[in-house]
Amino acid sequence: MSDEQLVLHEITSALEELGKRTVPVTMETSLLHDLSLDSVTALDFIMQLETRLDIIIPMDGMAEIETIGDLVGVLTRSTSKAG
Amino acid sequence: MLARFRALRSDLAMVTTVGRDPFGVAFDAILSATEAILDGKRVLLLGTNNYLGLTFDQDCIDSAVAATMAQGTGTTGSRIANGTYGGHAALEQRLARFLGRRHAMVFTTGYQANLGTLSALAGRGDHLLLDADSHASIYDGAKLGNAQVTRFRHNDPDDLRRRLRLLADQPGEKLIVLEGIYSMLGDTAPLREMVEVKREAGAWLLVDEAHSLGVLGAHGRGLAEAEGVEADVDFVVGTFSKSLGAIGGFCAFDLDDFDSLRVAARAYMFTASLPPSIVASVFQAIEAMEAQPQLRDTLRRNGQHLHAGLAAAGFALGAMPSPIVSLPMPDRETAIRFWNQLLDAGVYTNLALGPATPGGKPLLRMSVSAALTPAQIETAIAALAQTGQRLGLVAAGLAAVES
Repeated sequence: MSDEQLVLHEITSALEELGKRTVPVTMETSLLHDLSLDSVTALDFIMQLETRLDIIIPMDGMAEIETIGDLVGVLTRSTSKAG
Repeated sequence: MLARFRALRSDLAMVTTVGRDPFGVAFDAILSATEAILDGKRVLLLGTNNYLGLTFDQDCIDSAVAATMAQGTGTTGSRIANGTYGGHAALEQRLARFLGRRHAMVFTTGYQANLGTLSALAGRGDHLLLDADSHASIYDGAKLGNAQVTRFRHNDPDDLRRRLRLLADQPGEKLIVLEGIYSMLGDTAPLREMVEVKREAGAWLLVDEAHSLGVLGAHGRGLAEAEGVEADVDFVVGTFSKSLGAIGGFCAFDLDDFDSLRVAARAYMFTASLPPSIVASVFQAIEAMEAQPQLRDTLRRNGQHLHAGLAAAGFALGAMPSPIVSLPMPDRETAIRFWNQLLDAGVYTNLALGPATPGGKPLLRMSVSAALTPAQIETAIAALAQTGQRLGLVAAGLAAVES
């Protein structure tokens, strides 16, 4: 499994745990419009992923995250840095 | 230009369909620290943060009047440009003495104290570690600076430890930012455990005692005093707009180079300084806070009274008894209806909606004052219980309250 696939798997599992996997999740899925994650919920969701992957996403890196694809990109970069 | 606020406008329109605009309440008159006139009707104030009730303290009022008569209504500029008045320097020394710190710097608001302090202290290459439930002024102060900002789980020393471990190899100073009492739920930081984490990591610690100054600790110095860890707190930030009954903010510390902050903190440099009246009333309020420790006891009793009364009425409460008592609401609509109906019943509270609340969940937030009488608190509990019952939030257990 590639890093991206691994990260996507973590994201979908975390969404499931939160009861937020209400639509099929693709790289184009919007956190706000499709998953109804507003700014605060999205921050908390990212925090959960940081714990799962044992990484840190600095807050200025969160501003660019709008879709699952953006999130996968940011998490993958941080995971490879940590590794 | 304002098109981007369309969603915000429609949110506000939704909020106001049920009744009043909760963010635009305009009182006809303020009668005391605990009562006001709204739409011609007397209302009980249960959402003021006026913890010690000092807004109507006669000595504070007299000091403010005398300072205005002697020095005028305002300073008309910043201390950098227009100079420091004697009162500014005296207040800083008085505050430092009260807090047991070597130095204090006064800002024009509490918001600016965080904005100026955080953005100046943590520079490029440094790290700020913020509790997830931090006040907007902390987030904004972090955003204004150039440090890398990391958010950790609310009140979770293990999550903070984990993040500091991941940052251990990165150069730069690490500054942890906590609050004494968190303003939405009234919960306190687990300060002793946090201090342990700070020591292990060799980090700095800033505690914002905005809601805990005058409230916690044997002398009212805040949570750090109550927990016996003042020596481990490097920077204390706070406000004059709550227990001290006016407006303004401060940062206090023991470092010798503190004067450099005066020419580095933009929120200090590029804003008008506090007017003489405020400086004088705050100075007097510190005297009152020291001379009347019984105000803190009354405040504590009032918080416990409201908390116990609401628990007995069947409400699920947000946190342990403190001067802040919050009722979690099931949804926005119920929260808005609850707030409106309470105001109809003559009780003013704060409607707190996401994203300003923990987890974005709606809250009915109340804060007690030492100036509230037991009878006023009973009136509030009865109004809350009846409203809660009407809205189906409390099913039973009202007998004790209603009798």
